Amino acid sequence: MKIAVCVKQVPDPEARLRVGADGAWIDEEGVAFVLNESDEYAVEEALRIAERTGGEVIAFGLGPERTREALRKVLALGASRAVLLSDPALLGGDALATGRALAAAIRQEGADLVLTGSASSDLGYAATGSVIAGELGWPHAWLVMGVELAEDRRSVRITREMEGGMNELSAVVLPAVIQVQAGINHPRYASLKGIMAAKKKEIREVAAAELGVDAGRLGRAGSRLETVSVALPVSGREVEWIAGDAAAVAAALVTKLEQEAKVLR
Amino acid sequence: MSRFPGVDFVEFDALLTEEQRMVRDTVRAWVEDRVKPIIEECHREERTPLELVPEMGELNFFGSTLSDYGLPGLDNVSYGLIMQELERGDSGLRSFASVQSSLVMYPIHAFGSEEQKARWLPKLATGEAIGCFGLTEPDFGSNPGGMRTTARRTADGWVLDGAKQWITNGTLADVAVVWAKTEDGIRGFLVEKGTPGFTSSDQHGKFSLRASTTSELGFHDCHVPADALLPQSGGLKSPLMCLNQARYGIAWGGLGAAMECYWTALEYAKQRVQFMGQPIAAHQIVQEKLAWMVSEITKGQLLVLQLGRLKDAGRLKHQQISLGKRNNVWVARECARLAREILGANGIVDDYPVIRHMLNIESVFTYEGTHDIHGLIIGEAVTGIPAYNPPRVAEKAGKSKAEA
Repeated sequence: MKIAVCVKQVPDPEARLRVGADGAWIDEEGVAFVLNESDEYAVEEALRIAERTGGEVIAFGLGPERTREALRKVLALGASRAVLLSDPALLGGDALATGRALAAAIRQEGADLVLTGSASSDLGYAATGSVIAGELGWPHAWLVMGVELAEDRRSVRITREMEGGMNELSAVVLPAVIQVQAGINHPRYASLKGIMAAKKKEIREVAAAELGVDAGRLGRAGSRLETVSVALPVSGREVEWIAGDAAAVAAALVTKLEQEAKVLR
Repeated sequence: MSRFPGVDFVEFDALLTEEQRMVRDTVRAWVEDRVKPIIEECHREERTPLELVPEMGELNFFGSTLSDYGLPGLDNVSYGLIMQELERGDSGLRSFASVQSSLVMYPIHAFGSEEQKARWLPKLATGEAIGCFGLTEPDFGSNPGGMRTTARRTADGWVLDGAKQWITNGTLADVAVVWAKTEDGIRGFLVEKGTPGFTSSDQHGKFSLRASTTSELGFHDCHVPADALLPQSGGLKSPLMCLNQARYGIAWGGLGAAMECYWTALEYAKQRVQFMGQPIAAHQIVQEKLAWMVSEITKGQLLVLQLGRLKDAGRLKHQQISLGKRNNVWVARECARLAREILGANGIVDDYPVIRHMLNIESVFTYEGTHDIHGLIIGEAVTGIPAYNPPRVAEKAGKSKAEA
């Protein structure tokens, strides 16, 4: 069983962000980059399936050179090797161009199952997984809460959380692309032995030209969506204190949430 | 409160390797997730959080610098970073890991027989077995060479008699590394829990390291087999080699306690509003305290990094370890006081970690070589005169006169 897991490196969610000079992205100076949290669940799920089936996990990452650190972390957690797509011709793309490049790299490597997180915490398109599935022509499921491999290993049974507390169970034929929901498992810590072992594991760089995809369909050149500008939300200063005992405060708050904020019905 | 972001005023991280940063970040995340939520309660209840031990073993926090017996073989800077992060959680937890790694696994690895190593190292690494280190005695702390515990050779082994005090993990330990005087000088012994004549009891009433177990060990006509002896141990040098390992880790650990106090005070000062709608962080006196803390922490980081590099190169001298332990634990003690001042009344309640660190660091200040003794070790290194054991000039002079 060969499991590909796609990960992204994102700005530390606790970092204080500033808008960059071009106005279209953050100023990366002094910002720490970390493994996208939602992808950590995909990694953990991949490792668990591999441990149960004696398979191997291969990590894929597309991004600038620093993405190597995120891949090294996945190797420290237990993946056996990694593929890095850091060729400048692959960077700055939208989900379509990015997914296309990842799909091409996965096709070359071959995989029975592709796992990704539900969305990146920086851009949050939640679309790369769907694009990968579309490019590969494989079935796809999003917001998956449980993955169980069938005994014949030709399909997975997945659980998805629906509205109103319902769960949807489906059987998905492999190979397939599964985007897992955060909270599906408890991601492990990298053991210190795992960190030492990761040093010796391979991170293979794949250039844009090796992907067998027309250069005009990759990276910025292949994108149809362009981020024009980013801005920090303006913080409001309106504060209203509700006084009284706990019961009165709760009742007043419910009324406000229903009638003013309209978040309760 | 948000998660600890680290203290890095001079791009210190750039001096670390990728794997050193990963080791630190793993331990840091583990401390945030597992230690911080329970540690104040452990401190209140005077309870060692033994539930954390199996996971600490699984993540290789014990014996991490050893490379055989399936151990990860980390460099000494990584080891120091582990100690820093654990002590940021709690000095007692760091003590647990220090003792297990530097004072139990290290001597078994350095002085033990193949049988002793194979029997104990794997279990100690996973935390399945806990160890303790018996050197200090009720009457001999700074001067361990004066110890009264003896080991007498018999036909088929040894008989131990004596007492050890201030022993971390004493009552929890499955195996005690005990130092005793023999006719050939000081030797180390592995004494197993349940050996007849070996007793242990806990020291209660501590206002410091309350999340750690501190015990007394007693040996009364305690017979141990011949293979209890650590065959390669010999002389006071052997236990001092162990202490060098542990003290090096404490030099890093002190920084962890200092960092937690500094960061708590910084966050508090930015939130706490008093005069004219200004946070107290806007006050010059508060800023001076924060500036002092971050300056001393930064200097301490550069110091221990160099010590770690010297240790990896096999060139670290004991007086350099004394400098690191003495300085950084003092920095931690001062940071705890300054942080407690900035927090005002909130500095004395365990809603914040400051008072716990302040109390803990009092132990760390005088254990593993007191602050003053380390000063004398540095003093001897620079003057050539051992002040704790000065040459008896007068006596010698008198003697030679008499001889003449």
